Amino acid sequence: MATETHEAAGQAAEAAAPGMPQLDFSTYSNQIFWLLVTLVAIYFILSRIALPRIAAVLAERKGTISNDIAAAEDLKAKAAEAEDAYNKALADARTEANRIVAETKAEIKADLDEAMREADEEIAAKTAEGEKKIAEIQANATESVKEVAKETAKEVVAAMGAKADARTVTAAVNARLKG
Amino acid sequence: MATEAQGEEGGLVLHPMDQFKVEPLFGGDTVAWYTITNVTLWMALAIVAVTALLVLGTSRRAIVPSRTQSVGELAYGFVYKMLEDITGKEGVKYFPYVMTLFMFIVMANFLGLLPMAFTTTSHIAVTATMALMVFLTVTVLGFVLNGAKFLGLFWVQEAPLALRPVLAIIELMSYFVRPLSHSIRLGGNMMAGHAVLKVFAGFAAVAAIAPISVIAIGAMYALEVLVAFVQAYVFTILTCVYLKDALHPSH
Repeated sequence: MATETHEAAGQAAEAAAPGMPQLDFSTYSNQIFWLLVTLVAIYFILSRIALPRIAAVLAERKGTISNDIAAAEDLKAKAAEAEDAYNKALADARTEANRIVAETKAEIKADLDEAMREADEEIAAKTAEGEKKIAEIQANATESVKEVAKETAKEVVAAMGAKADARTVTAAVNARLKG
Repeated sequence: MATEAQGEEGGLVLHPMDQFKVEPLFGGDTVAWYTITNVTLWMALAIVAVTALLVLGTSRRAIVPSRTQSVGELAYGFVYKMLEDITGKEGVKYFPYVMTLFMFIVMANFLGLLPMAFTTTSHIAVTATMALMVFLTVTVLGFVLNGAKFLGLFWVQEAPLALRPVLAIIELMSYFVRPLSHSIRLGGNMMAGHAVLKVFAGFAAVAAIAPISVIAIGAMYALEVLVAFVQAYVFTILTCVYLKDALHPSH
């Protein structure tokens, strides 16, 4: 590359007066002057406008990102809180439901007991009545048997030809029935 | 190579250096210091390009940046981080100066790659002025901030005592060679690349080697795009390194 450049420079030197334009000192003041103007212009554009603006944008972006992350963490905490509250509500509801079930069960049992007791009472009353009736019927039957026995005994005694004493017959029949 | 081309074609004359000529824009032959020349035009275009990228591109101040704005922010972040990494927190206040140099060089380099363009940074007058500005700033800043301690830059404490004077001479020489290498690296790279492009372009007129020449121009152009950025980067990072010496002169 270097040789080419030198050859080319040599040729240019033959053709044109200044040779390498880089070594033409008459243009140096011009180049240096415009370079300084350019650098000062760029310096002021950068330091007055561009760099503060870009720095602000970068800082703002950094702030926004960290804010967003903080907000996300906040929301996450809130979600966890909500989940806890939900679980707690669920547990409460379950306890409440159990309590209601137990209460209802107890109520039903009480009703049932009451009904049972009433039914038992009724049954007992009916049984007692029935027993009473049976006893009555039994008593009636015994009386009738006594009557029949007395009558029969009287008739038997009369048929045998003797006058029967009503009282004696009755006593005899009673003694017999007891025995 | 240029001679061969001339030999084959006879009439073909390559003027690879003509693109670097400083000429008045509005007639006249003399170039005085105030004359409006092609230097003025292309430097003005560099200002326009910098303004377009960093001022107009960011005018919406968007939180979610547009394409231009994100390129501008990228340039800002690139130079800012470079400066902060090398010089530390104390160097950050010189950021506008470093950014000015970087933006001017990178824009001038890329504008120079446009066809028919004039590359201001290919002139040693321009690069040497910038390098000398950096050199003088660093030297003055070094003495103002550190006083005589700035000379400790040349007195290597870690070396054995006997070696220190020798090292001091070497350090001193390398210090004064800085503006030279700093300026010629940028100017030389830009000039050589553009001259080679022009030479290949001249060969394209010869039918026999035109295809090779066109491919070579494509390849060279791609390389030059890379060089345009890399040289701006190198100039800026060296500025940061020199600035670090002024801020922290002890090795």
